[in-house]
Amino acid sequence: MRRKLLDILCCPVCKGELTLNVVEENDVEIVEGSLRCGTCRVEYPIIDGIPNLLPPEAEDS
Amino acid sequence: MGSGYIARRLQGNVAWIVTTDISPYAVLKVKEANVDVLRTDLLAGICGAFDLILFNPPYLPTQPDERIADWLEYALDGGPTGREVITRFAGQAGSVLKEQGRILLVISSLTGQKEVERLFEHRGFTGQIVKETEIEGEVLFVYRFRKISP
Repeated sequence: MRRKLLDILCCPVCKGELTLNVVEENDVEIVEGSLRCGTCRVEYPIIDGIPNLLPPEAEDS
Repeated sequence: MGSGYIARRLQGNVAWIVTTDISPYAVLKVKEANVDVLRTDLLAGICGAFDLILFNPPYLPTQPDERIADWLEYALDGGPTGREVITRFAGQAGSVLKEQGRILLVISSLTGQKEVERLFEHRGFTGQIVKETEIEGEVLFVYRFRKISP
């Protein structure tokens, strides 16, 4: 995901701010990393450049 | 978002387009086309004010015994009324749309036009049909909704 996308992302559950943790980034985008909601204490992964903002229970269903 | 066809066509003609889908396959497809994408349920992971929201929802009435548990099916299944996903979308859309923003929504004659109009009205929108086309006995409508001015 491009860093610009962070401006419009929020926690899908509480709508709170997300904290970005970058594991791998290239000239264009963040390839691997995570977005953490401190309020919900949930970490949402960024895999292959795509942030996955599905709450854990939705992911399981 | 689906296949991302519309997003790819719009890319370059608008300041910025962001796409969402719940399907892991759909988001990969759109990512390949270099369109900004996130995996989320409708608008759940988005905060921000947009000028335009395009939504081609699952709008076909689907009974529980007609359901097949795969992602393609999920893209079409609108629940028993055909309006389940549209109803959830209508509840979320207001918070990410600018005051003068617009929604373009595709539905079918099978979805129940009056019911769709009513459920948006109840959530503070006013809408009109801006395009319609008949396909094999089914009519597809594009609705444009705006927020009702306070």
